[in-house]
Amino acid sequence: MPIQYSGIIEEHNWVRKYAGLFDICHMGEFMVQADLAKSNFGNLVTINLEGMPKGVCRYGFMLNEQGGIIDDLLVYRIDKAEWMVVVNAATSDGDFAHLKKHFTGARSLENVSQTLGKLDLQGPLSADVLESLVGADIKNLKYYTFSYFNLLGEKIIISRTGYTGELGYELYMPNDKIPQLWDKLLSDKRVKPIGLGARDTLRLEMGYSLYGQDIDKNTTPLEAGLGNFIDWNKEFIGKSSLLKQKQNGAFRRMICFLADSRRSPRHNYRIIYKDRDIGSVTSGSFSPSLGAGIGMGYVKDQITLGEQVTLSESSISINAKVTHKPFYKNGSAKSGEIK
Amino acid sequence: MNIPENLLYTKDHEWAKIEGDKATIGITDFAQHSLGDITFIDLPKPGAKVEQSKWCATVESVKAASDVYAPLSGEVLKANTELTNHPELVNKSAYDAGWFAVIKIADLEEKNKLMNSVQYKEYVQGLSK
Repeated sequence: MPIQYSGIIEEHNWVRKYAGLFDICHMGEFMVQADLAKSNFGNLVTINLEGMPKGVCRYGFMLNEQGGIIDDLLVYRIDKAEWMVVVNAATSDGDFAHLKKHFTGARSLENVSQTLGKLDLQGPLSADVLESLVGADIKNLKYYTFSYFNLLGEKIIISRTGYTGELGYELYMPNDKIPQLWDKLLSDKRVKPIGLGARDTLRLEMGYSLYGQDIDKNTTPLEAGLGNFIDWNKEFIGKSSLLKQKQNGAFRRMICFLADSRRSPRHNYRIIYKDRDIGSVTSGSFSPSLGAGIGMGYVKDQITLGEQVTLSESSISINAKVTHKPFYKNGSAKSGEIK
Repeated sequence: MNIPENLLYTKDHEWAKIEGDKATIGITDFAQHSLGDITFIDLPKPGAKVEQSKWCATVESVKAASDVYAPLSGEVLKANTELTNHPELVNKSAYDAGWFAVIKIADLEEKNKLMNSVQYKEYVQGLSK
């Protein structure tokens, strides 16, 4: 996946208006056969698996004993005891080793990352584009659900999920047919290829965390402001540490900030509040949709919305206001009615 | 790669157009292309003194923030304030609408340290090998 094809801003705006295609084959996928009553699968992720109907996918975490994030992931419930787990590329081998080590009672656990590819089609026109390939049923898919569709002679999983804030789909296709699918989708004039640069600005405008940059094994979901992806009504690895952190209350927290100029905060810039250094920027960029600098980072102080912070590195100093995510509020992702 | 003949160039990809005791300065087509979409430019202020090969401006693109060095020493007479709201002019027109500043040249001898268009073209071709 290159940084850019035609230019980051042009690609970014294309996804917000039409439909963009992302080659995400590097992501990891595991196929899991495990009955929740007979295995400890539920203990290995923070997601409420029990309450997931078939055909639903959910976002959550795999944690270490300290409550640190080993990875953020999606779990798909294919059948009562059949699942697909989708993880980040750089962490996938470690994730698989972690699962193998801690899983008990699974009927099978298979790393299919080498053979299963993935393309993401994202943007308000993505449903229309896919309809011409797989039929009108694609428009019945609700946000965070998936189904099987026939495409290029394969029966593949398509989920209505994504990392851009727009209406969009992730298509899981065997690797050997990915080039064919790529060309097929790009033959539609409404679709353009999108690189890593725009993938980053699109996700940051939504305030989505990037693993390895905003979250990692030394940050907890509570610190990252992602506590709503934890099912507290069950046991899971890392739970006792998170409960302690919750009780203690004093922990760094992720804040989001909007600059008062086009100037972009960047990774590792210091966050200054009332002349004190209170933390550092984890992600920052120029926001093409807002025409201003945006970013997020961890701070040790409690700061309320609307307060002023300064983001700085050597001679650069950017004034910004603490705000809430998403930065970009007109995304089509959750639009209930697709025409 | 667009490299006009009537300009002088630095190894850091700035250009200078000398007219009498004044010079218009900016960054080259090669520079804007490597930076990608330019989103912000911190320009030198009129009245400021800039020194050859020293920092005079910062250019930000979606990818990174980069320093720009003055091709010649002198006093800044005016800056291109159009770039404040339309930094993309540098991508579209690096040598024309995308100029950064006009300076009053302090020492014309300094131009001997700059490359002409033929030398700069060779230099850029060498970089991509």
